[in-house]
Amino acid sequence: MKRRTLLASAAALSLAAGSAFAQDKVKAGFIYVGPVGDGGWTYEHDQGRKAVEAELGDAVETVYQESVPEGADAERAITQMALSGADIIFTTSFGYMDPTMNVAAKFPDVKFEHATGFKRADNVSVYSARFYEGRAIQGHIAGKMTKTNKVGYIASFPIPEVIRGINSAYLHAKKVNPDVEFSIVWAYTWFDPAKEADAARALIDNGADVILQHTDSTAPQAAAQEAGNVITFGQASDMAEFGPVPRVSSIIDNWAPYYIDRVKAVMDGTWESTDTWDGISTGMVGIGEISSAVPADVKAEALALKDAIAAGEYHPFTGPINKQDGTPWLAEGETASDGDLLGMNFYIEGLTGDVPN
Amino acid sequence: MDLSSINPVLLVASIMVSATPILLAAIGEMVVERAGVLNLGVEGMMITGAVVGFAVAINTGNPALGFAAAALASAVLSLSFGVLTQLLLSNQVATGLGLTLVGLGLSSLIGKPYEGMKSPTLPKLDMGFLSDLPVVGRMLFSHDLMVYLSLALVIVVWAVLKYTRIGLILRAVGENHDAAHALGYKVVRIRMMAIFFGGACAGLGGAYLSLVRVPQWTEGMTAGAGWIALAIVVFASWRAGRVAIGAYLFGGVTVLQLNLQAAGAAVPVALLSASPYLMTILVLVFISARGAHGAPASLGRPFHASA
Repeated sequence: MKRRTLLASAAALSLAAGSAFAQDKVKAGFIYVGPVGDGGWTYEHDQGRKAVEAELGDAVETVYQESVPEGADAERAITQMALSGADIIFTTSFGYMDPTMNVAAKFPDVKFEHATGFKRADNVSVYSARFYEGRAIQGHIAGKMTKTNKVGYIASFPIPEVIRGINSAYLHAKKVNPDVEFSIVWAYTWFDPAKEADAARALIDNGADVILQHTDSTAPQAAAQEAGNVITFGQASDMAEFGPVPRVSSIIDNWAPYYIDRVKAVMDGTWESTDTWDGISTGMVGIGEISSAVPADVKAEALALKDAIAAGEYHPFTGPINKQDGTPWLAEGETASDGDLLGMNFYIEGLTGDVPN
Repeated sequence: MDLSSINPVLLVASIMVSATPILLAAIGEMVVERAGVLNLGVEGMMITGAVVGFAVAINTGNPALGFAAAALASAVLSLSFGVLTQLLLSNQVATGLGLTLVGLGLSSLIGKPYEGMKSPTLPKLDMGFLSDLPVVGRMLFSHDLMVYLSLALVIVVWAVLKYTRIGLILRAVGENHDAAHALGYKVVRIRMMAIFFGGACAGLGGAYLSLVRVPQWTEGMTAGAGWIALAIVVFASWRAGRVAIGAYLFGGVTVLQLNLQAAGAAVPVALLSASPYLMTILVLVFISARGAHGAPASLGRPFHASA
């Protein structure tokens, strides 16, 4: 499908070269790390793309390429999209950071938007969501709900975004349950349903009765369902089809308003390089319906936490917090700076194991 | 480090489950390659099997029918590869890669309505007193039928290749198709049958992923399992028994490293994940240094009776 889109657009470009036919249509391209049907991360980005089409109609044309590996091949895919006449290109995974920067340097007139990264240029914006706010709520529910006091965490790659999520979830689980322990499994993939299911099973076999995931497919949900007596949280997408158990809540990424804004900005000529990092307050991070499997008091606490975060009254990383080795990180009442959060490469006190490098 | 939380019984049990899909695909591909055909479309056939098996199991409520349909669908798909490479003499590498792309695209098309659905899964076999044995009962004798079927298939393939006339003919075609042709064997027909068999096996492997191991349909869910199956065939130097060892090794390392991590052991994850590939390279270096690489002599070479 993706290749056909590309071929068709390349053909259309060569036909339309020189004519004014395509001039007033803004073309927005999307590079995805997984298939659009992954039910998680890429699915939500694609929902954002569809929202752009629905909102802007004939004024916009969107193209996408799915399952683009992070690394050298990404550069080829992004280049090809830029060559095919895209005006703005969203590269939607952390590993596209350097490829995006390289291609952006070659196409100064094309606007680039890189998700979850930290490198910018005149024609490269970065955007991300404060997923750690949602993780705080998950951690709270996990700490309250676990009976074995063992929470399993399927992590993807040891990058700040993932480490932040682990720390935030652990911090809030520990707050309500001092005996809680986290087992963290690094899958080294964003999307591999079989491996994700294996990881979930390994954690469950080791005694975990809550599974948090930072990978993109719904496979851990299926594995938890099969095991029974295990709860999970939807990741990136609601994954409501696995509720009310094992999925008891979720973090939902809502990219649509941002994508519409940015494509509009290209149309108006007002686009400039920005750094966006929004959370629950703007709706970029949504919290999925907390299911009936969660006791009413826990649900009320979780919702209160959500409201406090949304209102800006509470920051999930509020001191005192020590790093894993016991050195102080945040003093009493101090909140983490965005700079600290963006570069987070350490576990907080109480987590076991090392961050792989 | 506390490894006591790893239960060896459950560990072995999940290794068997995790190795089965790649074992099925690899044993099929090995037969294809022993007949002298290199089919790089394993990934495409597997994922077609995964989606067809899932769809049929959902619609009929019968996972066994799902497996049968998966085998048939992938085998039919592989015949398109057969027609192109054997009758129309297209390049096997390019056609095989094309088959992978077709399979991935076709499967996401067929699979759209089935996302997020739950299928009936295969029941675990109850083997009477064997399943009740302490330790080994849970470890070895309480899996679903396909786990045993895949192991039985390895033995059958080994025996057929080694002891039967059919096996001898198949190997002859793979080693020297001109000589086999001169002896009056129908090279193209035999290769078509091998391709059909390989497709059916890959389909079963794919269906095992979507019906038992994960179990659900997600687009692109094979995520490279087909390529691992291809690597295992080389790793095994085209021997059935070693294919089984290779598949269990690959499956074992994956599951083992996940379990070690879950138990909190400080293991170099990246190294462990890469270890089966490193071993494949080592095996290749070793066998080529020895001079006998074990690959069928006509592997990947086109055949036409006029030549």
